[in-house]
Amino acid sequence: MVSPILELKNINKSFGHVHANKDINLTINKGTIHGIIGENGAGKSTLMSIVFGLYQANSGSIKVNGNEIKLRSPKDSIINGIGMVHQHFMLVENFTVLENIILGFEGETVFGEKLKKAKKDLKKLCETYNFNIDLDATISDLSVGFRQRVEILKSLYRGAEILILDEPTGVLTPQEVDELFKILRSLKDEGKTIVLITHKLIEIMDLTSEVSVMRQGEMVGHTRTENTNKEKLAEMMVGRSVLLRVDKPEVEKGETVFKVKDLTVKDDLDVIRVKNVNLEICSGEILGIAGVTGNGQTELLEALSGIRNVESGNIELFGETISQKDNYLNPRMLKEKGLAHVPEDRQRMGLVTDFKAYENLIFGYHDQEPYSKSSILNHKEIIEYSNKVMKEYDVRPSSPNLLTSNFSGGNQQKIILSRELNEKPKVLLVGQPTRGVDIGAIEFIHQRLIDMRNKGAAILVASVELEEVLSLSDRIIVMFDGKIVGEKINKNVTDRELGLLMAGVTE
Amino acid sequence: MSNIVVDKTKVPWWVSNVIVPLVNLSLALFVSGIFIFIAGENPIEAVKLIIFGSFGYIQGFAYTLYYTTNFIFTGLAFAVAFHCRLFNIGGEGQAYIGGLGVFLVAINLSFLPVPIVWLLAILGAILFGAAWAYIPAYLQSKRGSHVVITTIMFNFIASSLMIYLLVDVIRDTNQMAPHTVKLPEEIWLPSFEALSGVLGIKIRYSPLNLTFLLAIASLFFVWFLIWKTRWGYEMRAVGHNTQAAIYAGISPHKNIIIAMCISGGLAGLLGVNEILGVSHKIQAGFPAGYGFTGIAVALMGRNHPIGILPAAFLFGILYQGGSEVTFEMPNITRYMFVAVQGLIILFSGALENLFRPQIESFFVNRLNREVRS
Repeated sequence: MVSPILELKNINKSFGHVHANKDINLTINKGTIHGIIGENGAGKSTLMSIVFGLYQANSGSIKVNGNEIKLRSPKDSIINGIGMVHQHFMLVENFTVLENIILGFEGETVFGEKLKKAKKDLKKLCETYNFNIDLDATISDLSVGFRQRVEILKSLYRGAEILILDEPTGVLTPQEVDELFKILRSLKDEGKTIVLITHKLIEIMDLTSEVSVMRQGEMVGHTRTENTNKEKLAEMMVGRSVLLRVDKPEVEKGETVFKVKDLTVKDDLDVIRVKNVNLEICSGEILGIAGVTGNGQTELLEALSGIRNVESGNIELFGETISQKDNYLNPRMLKEKGLAHVPEDRQRMGLVTDFKAYENLIFGYHDQEPYSKSSILNHKEIIEYSNKVMKEYDVRPSSPNLLTSNFSGGNQQKIILSRELNEKPKVLLVGQPTRGVDIGAIEFIHQRLIDMRNKGAAILVASVELEEVLSLSDRIIVMFDGKIVGEKINKNVTDRELGLLMAGVTE
Repeated sequence: MSNIVVDKTKVPWWVSNVIVPLVNLSLALFVSGIFIFIAGENPIEAVKLIIFGSFGYIQGFAYTLYYTTNFIFTGLAFAVAFHCRLFNIGGEGQAYIGGLGVFLVAINLSFLPVPIVWLLAILGAILFGAAWAYIPAYLQSKRGSHVVITTIMFNFIASSLMIYLLVDVIRDTNQMAPHTVKLPEEIWLPSFEALSGVLGIKIRYSPLNLTFLLAIASLFFVWFLIWKTRWGYEMRAVGHNTQAAIYAGISPHKNIIIAMCISGGLAGLLGVNEILGVSHKIQAGFPAGYGFTGIAVALMGRNHPIGILPAAFLFGILYQGGSEVTFEMPNITRYMFVAVQGLIILFSGALENLFRPQIESFFVNRLNREVRS
């Protein structure tokens, strides 16, 4: 007999003019793993933030175990047995696991008995669910996967019966994902209820027993997972059928245009992040870099695009050295040589979010004609151009005068892409082309990149999404700990092989 | 749907740029009123005096505009640096040194045709002010020394330097007081009363002079610079997101220095008003706090020339009307108006966002309702 543990009725939530949740009804049964999927901006996170008490709904009711409750703050939710693991972990880095878990629930001023008891309870929890965590380890020493476990453990310790996970696999290696799924299954077996927010269809199919789909603030369907498939879910999410794999015609590889020799790069803290990297990219080719975040891809891309000094080695573009120790061409000079760069962190680097859309659409090209003449910006020309590209790249809303921060992540990405692709670069560096971008836009962005390749551009794509690397690249290299640990031709590689390489398992 | 999007961007514009500053200003004035009441005077009478003093007669109004001139320069100076996210607290010192520039150019080149002397003196003000701002800018961009700290220290250095020069180097040797000789009369900037005299209108003395037009021109210049030129664009990019600027090939170093130098140059123009227009000599301490008040002017004006003009005017009214009040009301001292200024800075600067959310959501909801109905 299944009984609902969490019932949401007619939940409405608006932020100003944006109706983020419209009449949402949702029933989650006890002891299940319930998936909630939807594109970015579909309202998943808003809904779950309401359930966790971070936001208050404008109207509607929430019932836990049949009793109507009011959630004014996360504290209310914790009392009612609701826990949440956020996308970005909320841990104090220099505290131990134990200290993080009891934070706010210490129960005594001078640590003694209660701390001992907490430790005992936690040990038991760890054993029950196979957490395998050292409670005395410092958070900063733990890998991302383990940190996530600490978050889960924290929720459980505070008595969570319903555990909400917001995009839990975004930062994990495939192996870590497997481990996480194991833990989630064992939690389910113990009678806990899990709500999984994700945009990854594979995870839904793998893990959940029921799934709810959200689109543009509305709940568009509930179904048992066994009665559906990836294609159907994707269609529900975007409201039309989408191509999950891009068509990629064979293209004759051209000459080598980009050559990296023995490259070593340090980060801002003087830590060597890229170690003796060698690579070449030919025109008409997409080279994919797979790897978990933080294995040197960021620094490599920054060095290649003229943002970061290199420690040793050199970089050649069309046979000309563009970077060696303490001597490198800056991004503006590289642009003139036909190199464009879509940075991996669009808000930190790719855009000035306080700028209007049209100002970002010329960012980096603002000193070129026709956008400016003898240092005076030509607004008429810029707006005209902005209207044109915003239409071409389907940026919504297509109003160049809107502040960039008012656009969704996917549309911000389109702003960057349209800017960088518009100049028809000969070499294109792309970091995380579709991070936080919805499926409809992913397809569009991928198609654009393939088009560029077909026209003879040399493209480097670094992505933590394995599927993305696989669907785009002609050749794939894997980075781990700053080194290239493997190079594969896309046709004959499996994601399992790549996953092992990404985790640093080379043989 | 498209209507709603347009509204969302339109509504906060006038609400956050007009309504919110006005509410903050009213609050500051209300609290000031309480102070005046406690001091034993009638606040309503004080307001009447302020209004009469600053608008009631031509001479008073001319004084108001003279103060406004100074506030426009120092307000713009702060605003330009702020668009590059630099807190140039050094307007005071830059104005002081700018004045030195005006004087040195004017006294040494007074043999040239008059309009050329004016032009060169203005350039001198800009260059000296900019040079004084350049050092903190350089230290910020190359060494990471925070510009707030260095500019404030450079105010003291400027002050000491000027005192030294006024006492030992350029003092009028026929005088004991630390000031220079007067500039030859033919190169003084025409005053308001001289100009109206040409039109046959006779009015009494006021310090208002041709520099007022230069201030208005500076407003246009800053507006054009910040929003219409590549330099303004790059400065704003560096200010809002330095990482992104580097990515786009925009040099933060260069732009920090450009922004600070333009800022210092604008502050330096205060010297044109004071020396070429009013006192015709350098007196010790002539910037008299205008540089600091300019920060409040810029904050109130939301760092936009269109806002700085009324903000500078408001402070002009307070200065002029305030002196009228202290003259008429024995219980109100000059320092009371320093406190009023402080309250305005407090409410429109530090507590700027105190009521912003409430006011904005009030208007957003109201407009929502209108859109729906």
